[in-house]
Amino acid sequence: MMPSVPQPVSGDPLLRVENLVVEYPVGNKTVHAVSGVSLDIARGETLGLVGESGCGKSTLGRAVMQLRRAVSGKVLFDGQDLTAMQGDTLRRMRRRVQLIFQDPIASLNPRRRIGDIIAEPLVISGVKDAKKREQLVHDVLSAVGLDPHLVIGRLPHEFSGGQCQRICIARALVLNPEFIICDEPVSALDVSIRAQILNLLEEMKARYGLTLLFIAHDLAVVKAVSDRVAVMYLGRLCEVGPSEQLFAQPAHPYTALLIEAIPVPDPDVRPAESVAVGEPPSPIAPPSGCRFRTRCPRADQRCSDEMPELREVAPAQFAACHHPLIGAA
Amino acid sequence: MKGPALLSVEGVAVDLPTPRGNLRAVDHVDLSIGAGRTLGIVGESGCGKTMLSRAILQLLPKKAKLSGRVMFDGQDLVCLDRERLRKLRGRSLAVVFQDPMTSLNPVLTIGTQLIETLQEHLELDGVAAKMRSVELLAAVGIPAPEQRLMQYPHQLSGGMRQRVAIAIALSCEPKLLIADEPTTALDVTIQAQILDLLAREQRRRHMAMIIITHDLGVVAGRTDEVAVMYAGRVVERAPTPDLFKKMRMPYTEALLAAIPKIDAKPHTPLPAISGRPPDPTRPLKGCSFSPRCKYAWAQCQVEKPPLEDADSPGHQYACFRPLNTEAIAPA
Repeated sequence: MMPSVPQPVSGDPLLRVENLVVEYPVGNKTVHAVSGVSLDIARGETLGLVGESGCGKSTLGRAVMQLRRAVSGKVLFDGQDLTAMQGDTLRRMRRRVQLIFQDPIASLNPRRRIGDIIAEPLVISGVKDAKKREQLVHDVLSAVGLDPHLVIGRLPHEFSGGQCQRICIARALVLNPEFIICDEPVSALDVSIRAQILNLLEEMKARYGLTLLFIAHDLAVVKAVSDRVAVMYLGRLCEVGPSEQLFAQPAHPYTALLIEAIPVPDPDVRPAESVAVGEPPSPIAPPSGCRFRTRCPRADQRCSDEMPELREVAPAQFAACHHPLIGAA
Repeated sequence: MKGPALLSVEGVAVDLPTPRGNLRAVDHVDLSIGAGRTLGIVGESGCGKTMLSRAILQLLPKKAKLSGRVMFDGQDLVCLDRERLRKLRGRSLAVVFQDPMTSLNPVLTIGTQLIETLQEHLELDGVAAKMRSVELLAAVGIPAPEQRLMQYPHQLSGGMRQRVAIAIALSCEPKLLIADEPTTALDVTIQAQILDLLAREQRRRHMAMIIITHDLGVVAGRTDEVAVMYAGRVVERAPTPDLFKKMRMPYTEALLAAIPKIDAKPHTPLPAISGRPPDPTRPLKGCSFSPRCKYAWAQCQVEKPPLEDADSPGHQYACFRPLNTEAIAPA
């Protein structure tokens, strides 16, 4: 009964992912990138998705967009199943969902002018009136803090990383989408620029009434913008819960490990001797039972025999662990 | 305070010719580090921290012009010939770079690369070098070291590759290890392990270490002293606790404030630093940070603040309107 039910959110979910499985063939083997993930994102909510490289968080984002087709499972956007859509129907749906990538410079065509880059989604979606397109491009550039007159005629290489990310955000916003998937949007940026972009995303969310899936590996960054946080490890969700609660009392040992590993910018906080045992196993041959058990200090026989399902350990906080740090086992 | 400096960088400047004019990457930097001590160099991309480390190692691009002195263990590295430099680098002066995939040779096995270093610098024979390599790999936390010797870099994960790079750097018991963003390419749980490893090996070997990073969190609990760089200059330098608690330079304050804090409430707006660093080919007349500084006044735009001593020993800053003094109340 549990596995197919995502953690319910208050209000109506804009996005519901049910039992999503995504696999990649590598030679004659299979990478189990996403193995049965279910989650809900409420309208107007920001869900942070954290995990280390290779945990499947970007694949999950791409599978929501249908840029990578799932092996099984459903992606319900506003009640409609995107995995069952194709061609024009899917393209129309996609206007309502946009993506922002990690490397802002690489995601802009170096030979096209900024004005054309941002107008492109409008052209594709059939806004035929050039005057109207120009107006929309101007509006969205001003919204992200760039001067349209100085920007539209120039090429991406004339801008810094932070400015390029503003341009990418403008491109994502120009179609007035409801949902934006941000895949590591600030990882490539310097500290001082990162704060500007995070603040901008928050402003844009309020201004355009957006719902966000915010994918990142940096827990502090995720916490800064998210209402709820989902922690992913080797293709599965370990824990989902309201941001503050999850950071204050993590239930899954992996969440606790991630929190402990964050370097604190305070000389009085002596870094705890790291407890992380080894490295994540290969997603080609993930461990049986709980996938984290090979690095978990609390693992026992049950963890290798039986796969833990997500269950509620505290109000609205769900963990997939046989021996959670909080709540009755 | 400490013994004679193992390394002292004196008035080092690095100029790079570019199509857009001369780029002053490092602008008269003075730094020193004693034996067994740890110095953190912090700054954002383009601030000159990597060029400074390359100037210390004498590994600057060919076109670069270097002036000043780099005194290491009693000799000026700037004046050494190539042969003597080569003997020194790898032997008593070692380096770990950000990306272990590019610093390891992809077509040689881990073993070949380690054994080669040991044979070259320590003149060990093949058997002794191999035994030593196994010990080193075990010391940096690599499981099954004998088998790893036969593997190629691509067969290892990023964290394991960085451990190998550290093993190679440590192989000849260097007096100074320069770690240039050693954990930036790694995941958080691996980052903590690598930083612990570096700290442990440093204590054990009484080695001096320079950690170059953009992350104030990385240097906070792990260095004795920190230098903050901005636009090619050291703008503040202090014993680590003083830097975090008695900072004078508004840039240091702004940089620390801009980091999202794990104990902050969600959706708290971050005090971002407006604007961006100046174009290094068009140096400003005044303080390089003044266009972004909320405390700047007229003097800051026309005059470059010198690096001055604060009241506590070892603390220096370059600012006309320093924080935590009577000169200024927060605006």
